[in-house]
Amino acid sequence: MANKLAPSPPTTIHGQSDAIEIPLTKRMEMYRLLSLLRQSEQRAYDLFLQNLIKGTSHLSLGQEAVAAGAAAAMQPGDLSFCTYRGHAHTLARGVPVEKVLGELMGRDNGLMRGKGGSMHLTSIEHGVMGSYAIIGAHLPIACGAAWRAQYKGHKDVSVCFFGDGTTNIGAFHEALNFAAYMKLPVVFVCENNLYMEYTPIADVIPVKHPAADRAAAYGLDRIVVDGNDVDVVYQTMSQAFARARAGKGPSLIECLTYRYSGHSRADPAKYRPAGELDKWKELDPIKAYRKRLGSLGVQNDKLDAIDAEILKLIDDATKACQAAPPTSTDILFTDVYADGGCAWRN
Amino acid sequence: MAELTYREAVARGIAQEMARDENVVFLGEDIAKAGGVFKATVGLLEQFGPKRVVDTAISEQAILGAAMGAAMTGLKPIAEIMFADFIAVCYDYIANEFPKTRYMTNGQVSIPLVVRCGNGGGARFGAQHSQSVENWCMQFPGLKVVAPSSPVDVVGLLAAAVRDPDPVIFLEHKSLYATKGEVPDGEIVDRLGVAKILRPGKDATILALGMMVPRALQAAATLQSEHGIDCEVIDVRSLVPLDTQCILGSVARTGRVFTVEENPRQLGWGAELVSIIADESFYDLDGPPIRITTPNIPLPAADALEDLAIPSVSRVVETIRRSLSA
Amino acid sequence: MNVLMPQLGETVAEGTITKWYKAVGDSVAAGDLLFDIETDKTSMEVPAVAAGVLREIRAQNGQTVAVGAIVAIVAESGDAPPGPLEKDASGTRPQLADSPARDSAEPAVSGGTSRAIDPYHGLRTPEKNFGKARLPGGARTTPLARRLALESGIELATVQGSGPRGRVVAADVRRASLSGGSANATMTSSEASPDQIKALYTSTPYRELKLDNMRKTIARRLSESKQQVPHFYLNADFDVEALIALRKEINKGGTNRVSVNDLLVKAYALAMQEVPEANVVWAGDRLLQLERSDIGVAVAVPGGLVTPIVRNADTRSLLNLANELAGLIARARERKLLASEYTGGSATVSNLGMYGVRSFQAIVNPPQATILAVGAAERRPIEAKDGTLRATTMLSVSLSVDHRAVDGATAGKLLAAFRTIVENPLRILL
Repeated sequence: MANKLAPSPPTTIHGQSDAIEIPLTKRMEMYRLLSLLRQSEQRAYDLFLQNLIKGTSHLSLGQEAVAAGAAAAMQPGDLSFCTYRGHAHTLARGVPVEKVLGELMGRDNGLMRGKGGSMHLTSIEHGVMGSYAIIGAHLPIACGAAWRAQYKGHKDVSVCFFGDGTTNIGAFHEALNFAAYMKLPVVFVCENNLYMEYTPIADVIPVKHPAADRAAAYGLDRIVVDGNDVDVVYQTMSQAFARARAGKGPSLIECLTYRYSGHSRADPAKYRPAGELDKWKELDPIKAYRKRLGSLGVQNDKLDAIDAEILKLIDDATKACQAAPPTSTDILFTDVYADGGCAWRN
Repeated sequence: MAELTYREAVARGIAQEMARDENVVFLGEDIAKAGGVFKATVGLLEQFGPKRVVDTAISEQAILGAAMGAAMTGLKPIAEIMFADFIAVCYDYIANEFPKTRYMTNGQVSIPLVVRCGNGGGARFGAQHSQSVENWCMQFPGLKVVAPSSPVDVVGLLAAAVRDPDPVIFLEHKSLYATKGEVPDGEIVDRLGVAKILRPGKDATILALGMMVPRALQAAATLQSEHGIDCEVIDVRSLVPLDTQCILGSVARTGRVFTVEENPRQLGWGAELVSIIADESFYDLDGPPIRITTPNIPLPAADALEDLAIPSVSRVVETIRRSLSA
Repeated sequence: MNVLMPQLGETVAEGTITKWYKAVGDSVAAGDLLFDIETDKTSMEVPAVAAGVLREIRAQNGQTVAVGAIVAIVAESGDAPPGPLEKDASGTRPQLADSPARDSAEPAVSGGTSRAIDPYHGLRTPEKNFGKARLPGGARTTPLARRLALESGIELATVQGSGPRGRVVAADVRRASLSGGSANATMTSSEASPDQIKALYTSTPYRELKLDNMRKTIARRLSESKQQVPHFYLNADFDVEALIALRKEINKGGTNRVSVNDLLVKAYALAMQEVPEANVVWAGDRLLQLERSDIGVAVAVPGGLVTPIVRNADTRSLLNLANELAGLIARARERKLLASEYTGGSATVSNLGMYGVRSFQAIVNPPQATILAVGAAERRPIEAKDGTLRATTMLSVSLSVDHRAVDGATAGKLLAAFRTIVENPLRILL
């Protein structure tokens, strides 16, 4: 009885991609990001197969256009709040690949020296305010950061990425209400990849669009975009950021996309209907963007050169991580409290 | 020097810190226009305006989440969770977010915030509005937990909590709001992690917190006058950080220790303290450490029942007297 | 490169190969499916991460292997992402079947002072125990009572308990201590903290001296001895006129000089041979009876006291003993003794005669059973056998004895044998 979402190209409500005017340099920057995110996630998967990455990891393969388009629209100082599926969003803000892979591999060169792991990538200096592994927790937190900007008169925007599964947890609704009535400079980005973890979102909700169809409850516009079209994402985000910076309050953007891999590394995603993955691979964001750049006169070999350059970057990062020592054990007891240690009694 | 109620001390403490530091902001349900459901925040909206004193929806996750986001980007929020029992609906922040973020990010993120709650029983509110939730909070490495018992401690410890770089859970006792005490004029700043010996004694140590502190003092007076038993009463004040040295020092002098806890028996704060005492002070103990707690039941609403459940002065007196006699 | 059994889920330790897509010799491209695996949690297709030729299959269909084990080897061709290096420190030790490769190396504990809390343990557990809660007779004691009893030298078994169910509590021990018994003055000081002691002297200028290890050892060993060893004392006065004369004779003109102490050590060593049941040490659940007389000599050194041992004092010639002792004393004063030179022995001789001390009682040096305290030789009038008074050179000695090891009569025999030798000193030279 639930409305099954067809794996067909989604209706673009915001931003008709053909009509979008984006400078070629920005487009090349976005292609670079797409290539970086795709190849980095692929490398993370390969390293996992070699047991060099332990624990869990959640890949964004197939969803790169959301992270790339959003990051390209952000300005330095804007703040990203990510989920446990946060490698791509973290890399997209300029965090070095070596730092991310090192963290995944539990090496001393990792972003948090192995204390957080795959699900908690954080780099304050890049505006990556954390990756949150409890569904929905970071929406109110992003509101708090936006509240600070509003209170202090700062111009930065907080951007909060989350999946379709988040839209039915209390914190989602509490945060949207809080942001909307406070008119906070925050942009909520729902990456609707059709599946929560293993279960299709359509099986458990009474509306077609898990985020956008709830926007009206908070007085917000209903926005659904093609999350596989990086130009569309970029343009939609730019509009939302402008609105936030102008003091007009939050936006809620639902980006339709698709996750190539399972929910986490333990999930082979066998619950997907036959052929669904193949159909979405036809809509691959990178393949599509190469075509668009081609139509704008960019030669394939130029794009191939970018891919090769990125691959070398990732190879170098991988080698550096493999050469790096395991996380130093002397940090086991550090940074529990602000005094740097873990003592709770005298 | 002025005589203030515990309730007035809350507003005085918040005002002291908001006047001192523009980064201190205050949010919660009914705290601004209504002055708080316990009337503990009256006058703050008028003094500091709606930008800094923010009424929220009934939305505890938004309150704590927003406080965290603000804290990690430079503000020093005070968030009110009206009844401490409601911590259960925003427990993710208490359990998963506040205490772990500094560690997980290898020290990149600080979360200097204070969560104030009306804690404890005695007001006939029944099982879901009367609990003492110290142990819901003190089990997480990374959090600090404070519970003042007097107006002057409310002001001083609140100031210390606001200035602390770590997240602090500040448990006010709702049955103490009407009690009075002398509060010196001028700025008052106390220190977290310092227990107070309120009454020196040589025969036994009584450890108490919140509303159990005045009861422990009264019990000590009765034990002295009627039974010749001289008890040392310590207001623990801060469970994390814990002033273990003060407590162990007292046990070394008296050889006996009793906790007076309002929480139900299972895993109350006293269990942790007694486990430390049993280990480190073992050869100072001249008898078993004894916990005096609410029995292992939800708190009932009717006064006759609630009064039976929460440790009373006479129960404290009787337990200690019996335990110290042969 | 090695193809490993991947970790299919955080809680999975092994996987079963259910299908191979490639055979040995097949070439593979990155992304080609290699094999299927199944675990108790899920199943999955595993692709190749690098191009090459499948050189070896180590785990066949149906075989269950541990996570991290090598299931196949692909000989790489061309450029491929770097595989796991052999020196990979994270320890995915390739191995088959039985144990999942896990890093269990315990992180090093950062060192700390004794005041710091070890975060693993989280507590400052007392380092010393004070005996069992239930005494051999069945009486119970509180921990504080046990500590106080040991610190004040009270035998708990003799204390009447006043606590619940007859338990001995601190107050009982304190009462017993005040009413005499074997309580001693150290109880107060051992209970008082340094600050409490200092508070007694606030009106007096003083200097604080740190305890060095020697001082700490002396304090600990002698406190234990005085509290735990049941001492008794035998006193006697010897006529040493002949001994003094003998010494004078030996030392006359010669380059080899011996002291009265050398003569006494040798005499005591010989006496021990005559009363072998006194030549014993206390070893907890047994006695050790020594064959030779190894005699310790208490030597005052700057900041304390050591007792080097003269081995085989009974069989050494007097000169040899004197030389040996002189060497030990010299090295003791330079703190150059080896541990083997001041441990062991069954008795000690302590001589304070040079300070004009007439007599004193010494504390037994465990596990030795006796210590002989020697005062100053002095001229004293004594009554001769014919009832007249005459002056002679007398020496007062006091023998402290561990009653656990040696009883009064045995000690008496020992002292009598010693007297015979001292008063007939030519035997020392035999």
